[in-house]
Amino acid sequence: MRGPHDIGGLPAGPVDPQPHDLTFWEKQIDGVRAVVGAKGIYRTDENRRWVESLGEDAYERLTYYERWTAALMRALIDKGVLTQDEIDARVQVVRQRLAETGELELPSVEEVKCK
Amino acid sequence: MAHDPHDHDHTHGHSHDHGHDHGHNHAPPQPDDKVHSYYQMLGIAIKELLIEKGVVGADEVRAAIEKRDSITPANGSKVIAKAWTDPEYKKRLLADGNKAIEELGFQMTTTHLVTVENKPGLHNVIVCTLCSCYPRDLLGLPPSWYKSREYRSRVVREPRAVLAEFGTILPNETEIRVHDSTADMRYLVLPMRPAGTEGMSADQLEKLITRDSMVGVAVANDPPRH
Repeated sequence: MRGPHDIGGLPAGPVDPQPHDLTFWEKQIDGVRAVVGAKGIYRTDENRRWVESLGEDAYERLTYYERWTAALMRALIDKGVLTQDEIDARVQVVRQRLAETGELELPSVEEVKCK
Repeated sequence: MAHDPHDHDHTHGHSHDHGHDHGHNHAPPQPDDKVHSYYQMLGIAIKELLIEKGVVGADEVRAAIEKRDSITPANGSKVIAKAWTDPEYKKRLLADGNKAIEELGFQMTTTHLVTVENKPGLHNVIVCTLCSCYPRDLLGLPPSWYKSREYRSRVVREPRAVLAEFGTILPNETEIRVHDSTADMRYLVLPMRPAGTEGMSADQLEKLITRDSMVGVAVANDPPRH
């Protein structure tokens, strides 16, 4: 069975060759991933496995680094490094803080998060 | 995440060595640095929790970002220019990529580097159909199109058409080989040295060697006309 990541040879639209710089947020996730990778907590093959197990809907809907983040969350919970409850609580703190500093700009219809 | 504006500055290519990361703002956030999704908040939350628990250090994350920013396609250009100007080095590069790039001070320690050589009538191009595997320890982070569904899906089936979208038109009789990278094996294209570059130094040649030519969606640039 083809997983949602297994797209070699499938039809798709034209390639957009324009480069896009990573955002501040994307670089942070890349940095966190590099450090947990170097420490042996979460290696490249694990990242792949968790990204590939997000399910087709999430794989299609999320951006590249959003997939990494969703995968990292699942892996850290699975490994007992973090709990879902503390993550959920912290997301609320982050949401409030960013709203206060004007850094939050969510779409009007917020997506349903996948867990 | 301590949302430090000096980190912001760094990501925009300016270097400010203030050496702190203490979670309040000195300057209004830049519009493109706003947080637009649940997953971005999630990423910030995870980073903060990992730092608070001592799983990762804020300084380690910052160092990782700086190291990543310091790796650019210019590193690969040095390797290719050396291969163009030193036949013995080229042999070593094709035989053992990891060892050969170490001679020039570059390191790829966790993945295997395989160099594929373009020749008259043969053009190579690299992809990672399953995700985004790329010789990032040599060339830096992959461009966004390399990670895109469009590139990953199509370049293995219709490479000639995909190359044309990059403005690269190859003769019909040229064979195109597409190499699908893995988590453990990363490819680097050794482009052909352009005509009219005889007598150019390695330093001058480096400027003709683009990232796209080392991925294989382009050929090396022609030398400037005088």
